[in-house]
Amino acid sequence: MSKLKVGIIGSGNIGTDLMYKIERCDSLDMSVMVGIDADSEGLKRAKAAGYTVISNGIDGLMEQLDAVDIVFDATSAYAHKAHSDLLTAAGKRVIDLTPAAIGPFTVPPVNLKANFDSPNVNMVTCGGQATIPIVHAISRVAPVEYAEIVATVSSKSAGPGTRANIDEFTHTTARAIEKVGGAEKGKAIIILNPAEPPVIMRDTVNALIKTPHYDEAEIVDSINRMVAEVQEYVPGYRLRGTPQFDGQRVSVFLEVEGAGDFFPAYSGNLDIMTAAAARVANEMAKELLTANA
Amino acid sequence: MEKKSFEILDVTLRDGSHAMSHAFTPEQVRDTARALDAAGVRYFEVSHGDGLGGSSLQYGLSAHDELELIEIAADECKQAEVSVLLIPGIGVKGNLQNAVKAGAKMVRVATHVTEADVAAQHIALGRELGLKTVGFLMMSHMAPTAKIVEQAKLFESYGAEVVYVTDSAGYMLPQDVTERISALKQSIGCDIGFHGHNNLSMAMANTVAAVEAGATFIDGSLRALGAGSGNTQTEVMVAVLERLGYETGIDLYKIMDAANDVVTPYMPRPQEITGSSLVMGYSGVYSSFLLHTQVAAKRFGVDERDILLELGRMKAVGGQEDLIYDVAQGIAVRN
Repeated sequence: MSKLKVGIIGSGNIGTDLMYKIERCDSLDMSVMVGIDADSEGLKRAKAAGYTVISNGIDGLMEQLDAVDIVFDATSAYAHKAHSDLLTAAGKRVIDLTPAAIGPFTVPPVNLKANFDSPNVNMVTCGGQATIPIVHAISRVAPVEYAEIVATVSSKSAGPGTRANIDEFTHTTARAIEKVGGAEKGKAIIILNPAEPPVIMRDTVNALIKTPHYDEAEIVDSINRMVAEVQEYVPGYRLRGTPQFDGQRVSVFLEVEGAGDFFPAYSGNLDIMTAAAARVANEMAKELLTANA
Repeated sequence: MEKKSFEILDVTLRDGSHAMSHAFTPEQVRDTARALDAAGVRYFEVSHGDGLGGSSLQYGLSAHDELELIEIAADECKQAEVSVLLIPGIGVKGNLQNAVKAGAKMVRVATHVTEADVAAQHIALGRELGLKTVGFLMMSHMAPTAKIVEQAKLFESYGAEVVYVTDSAGYMLPQDVTERISALKQSIGCDIGFHGHNNLSMAMANTVAAVEAGATFIDGSLRALGAGSGNTQTEVMVAVLERLGYETGIDLYKIMDAANDVVTPYMPRPQEITGSSLVMGYSGVYSSFLLHTQVAAKRFGVDERDILLELGRMKAVGGQEDLIYDVAQGIAVRN
């Protein structure tokens, strides 16, 4: 079976974890890892695994464009625009794991195939990937006036990119809660917890349903179905307790345990982001390969 | 008398927002702001309890738009200046820009004691907007002194003019405060502040320790209206500092009147040290969890203290109010 070649820009936490996810995709071939520090853990691991390693950033990648079909950007929102412009101009597909949000948002269990025509697809944020499926699960059975998410991640799993981009995280997640989640208004909060041993990613979704008349059982069923769908690509994604109803307010508590590819299992925030991105790319590759067959 | 060597910053209209369930009315804010200004308080803070943008289902929706409240407070200021709190991850730069348009002159950017590096862009914006800019290290009891020094240096490097040691859980004892403030005094060049909570009845003693160790900004709230058992009581602090020989610049009768005639009538309950707030101080839990814990305990039929002890054991940080419900539900299931 033919496959599309993958490049990853950014050899930090996200990029390195993503490399392992790509290795397990049936329609993707891990090909190039791009960083700016030859001594970075990510580049060392990519080199050891036999992939092409570029240590002078996007400039280096532009000289070896034949080695990639789909490029993931796991750098920062600030750097992403320039990367995207260069790569899409060269006809490459770009999957954006920064909160830059140039391209349309994709959250696999909600709109996996909706944006395959777009040269740049955005993966929202880790908090968005963990919570927007639940917002959508509620909004597909009851109108949601407002949805708010709180993502708590371990300090160790939040790299310098996430830290420098904290405002972008809240803006991008809030917009995607509206656009993909289906809430009329969205809000996002992120909390870093430095506890040792590190805490597993936790997320809370609070939603206000627009009408006092709704079917509680239908909402719970929709949430449970959605959790099962996310578990297809993130097995450690689960509800904590049961959804709580209080008048028009619904509260859903979640925990995301990662697969432990690059980072330990507590960093479900990295895992759900990279697993979602790999899923989108793999499906995109299947479609592109079929179209060109 | 010694020359005044510090600023008192009153947080009634921000930390008190927790105790008021984020329902300050425009009239309450106007009257309190007017009284603080008239008493000679140089800075006072107005925001949702969790800072700008804190209005949420997670922390409580604001009954009145905080920007409107900031504007009302700023309009009352003849000599005082309005501060706002901003917690990155909750509030964003746009909130601060709007607060400045509403009249804010100072910003305190707050992070958990180990996470100062999320605040670089917000501190930079504060300076760019010409604000008195402060870095606020919350839950300072959770990190050793060396870590606090490291994080304070980060804040200073981003441009903070004051760095606060913040005892959000009311956990610290005077010697903890002395150690931390003294270490900062030796290692950073900017001003040092202290913000206390009274969950173990230590707020005043801690404040005195802070001032004596070299803190030049200290927080209080009128009638101790703040999260948990509240803060160092502003009007008492003025009296104590005068007795210690400091010139506070604040009129004692007027600040007492602000507390007793303006704030007391709207307080929902006295700021006593209850069983729950005592447990917060004892186990190091963020003070604003108090009212949320009461709601969760009632809802799930469990003891508030069990929830708080569990949260302390889990090392919950500021802002994790959702964990209270998760923990309460877990305890209810186990019972």
